[in-house]
Amino acid sequence: MSTPSSVVSISGLGKVFPKGGVTALENIELDVQPGEFISLIGPSGCGKSTLLRVIGDLTQPTSGEVLVNGKPAPRARLDRDYGIVFQAAVLFDWRTVAKNIALPLELLKWDRAKREARVAEMLDLVELKDFGSHYPWQLSGGMQQRVSIARALSFSPALLLMDEPFGALDEMTRERLNLELLSIWAETRSTVIFVTHSISEAVFLSTRVVVMSPRPGRIAGVVDIDLPQPRGVRAREEPRFFELVTEVREMLHAVETESEPSA
Amino acid sequence: MSAIAVTDTDGGLGRASGFARTWLPAILVFGIGLLCWQWIFPDVLGVKPFLLPRLSDVIDALWENRDALLTAAWITFKEAFGGLVLGSSVAVIASLVLARWRPLGNALIPYLIAANAIPVIAFAPITNAWFGTLSPWSKIVIAAALCFFPVLVNTLRGLTSVHPASIELMHAYACPQRTIFWKLRIPASMPYLFTALKIAAVLAMIGAVVGDYFGGSTESLGVQIQSAVALSRYEIAWAAIVVASILGSVLYGAVACAERLVIRWHPSVRAVD
Repeated sequence: MSTPSSVVSISGLGKVFPKGGVTALENIELDVQPGEFISLIGPSGCGKSTLLRVIGDLTQPTSGEVLVNGKPAPRARLDRDYGIVFQAAVLFDWRTVAKNIALPLELLKWDRAKREARVAEMLDLVELKDFGSHYPWQLSGGMQQRVSIARALSFSPALLLMDEPFGALDEMTRERLNLELLSIWAETRSTVIFVTHSISEAVFLSTRVVVMSPRPGRIAGVVDIDLPQPRGVRAREEPRFFELVTEVREMLHAVETESEPSA
Repeated sequence: MSAIAVTDTDGGLGRASGFARTWLPAILVFGIGLLCWQWIFPDVLGVKPFLLPRLSDVIDALWENRDALLTAAWITFKEAFGGLVLGSSVAVIASLVLARWRPLGNALIPYLIAANAIPVIAFAPITNAWFGTLSPWSKIVIAAALCFFPVLVNTLRGLTSVHPASIELMHAYACPQRTIFWKLRIPASMPYLFTALKIAAVLAMIGAVVGDYFGGSTESLGVQIQSAVALSRYEIAWAAIVVASILGSVLYGAVACAERLVIRWHPSVRAVD
């Protein structure tokens, strides 16, 4: 249901890798409205990361169309319409935390005073106020990932792409960062597309969970997450939370057993 | 590591003992080496002075010939330094070009590897013919040629072994190649560059001294060594060699200091801090 206001609108999308002719994605239809938090979940190799990279124009589809802010994905990338966070923090070791966050602002040619003001705001947002002059290797993994999120959001992109950003962190850190991400999302009003392996993370964070099937990657179903906003720690203990987790889990199991004989 | 931890927690005393514990073994070995040179070799093992003059004789020669050796040191140092700067600069520019245009690199690298197999020192008489025997340029070019290859290979490796995710990040921000070089590839290659420069600093000194052997200014260090040996003044030759190794160490030390300033962020540097 693509509307003119869609942040991301994908139709008839397919992706075949030239090497070995593996079909990574097939007939993907997805429409993302402003302010939505969409999680892509599915077994390994279902193409969810590839889908994210296609939206970011970091890899090209073989068929179909991807519009970001109403523009073709390559145009949106050149216009710097999105921020991205990878599984690894990908910080530059030779830059301080503040300079890492300022990287996109330097590329956008903001002047120094404006950059510094924004970096201070972002450090505040990700609760790293006292760490601006630290180097990445002086921070824990969770802190590094927060720097990476601050960098992605520094120039206030309308869209935030996140590729398993908390996948390498321990469960405790991950849950704390989930909460933080939700409050950042509420504060910045940005649209998020979030790739994850974790069912509970997807349900807790999202407004909609998109379940994908493997080889070829297809959208097997979409679960609307109707947990009330804003969500706190307690949201994970609500009966409705468990119902939704079960719904997503059953959809995933159905998808896996379906694909097993052919695999 | 434990010695370093002590320097952090204790005051001045801890710092001093930490320093001693870190450096004492090296100082001890150095002292033993000097002792062997002064007494064990000549007196116990009976090593003849023309094979290895006694340390005190070398020091005497160093002091008596200090003016000539200082002049010679300065001439040869200029040749080595010139060669280091020239060879490394050309190598860095070449590595940037080869990293930026990979097909060019693929076309040229086999020839560069073949060229590296040429014993550069063998060119010394030829550079003399090119630039004139007395010109410093004939030695600078030899020193530069020796420095070129290690700097090229290391810097090229540094420029091209950037983490793919970093490149992807820069693509996500729609960076042109030029920006990717300035903001990512060049800073990431600094540790590799400095490793190469440390090797090159020593090679430049070798190139300059050996270049001198094939006919340099009569005042250069290499010529001083040659003529001292011709006159059987081995202690002077050894004194000149000591000067040459001090020059090599100074050059190496200067590069190492620059490294510590430029790449304070790198594990190799921060581990010692």
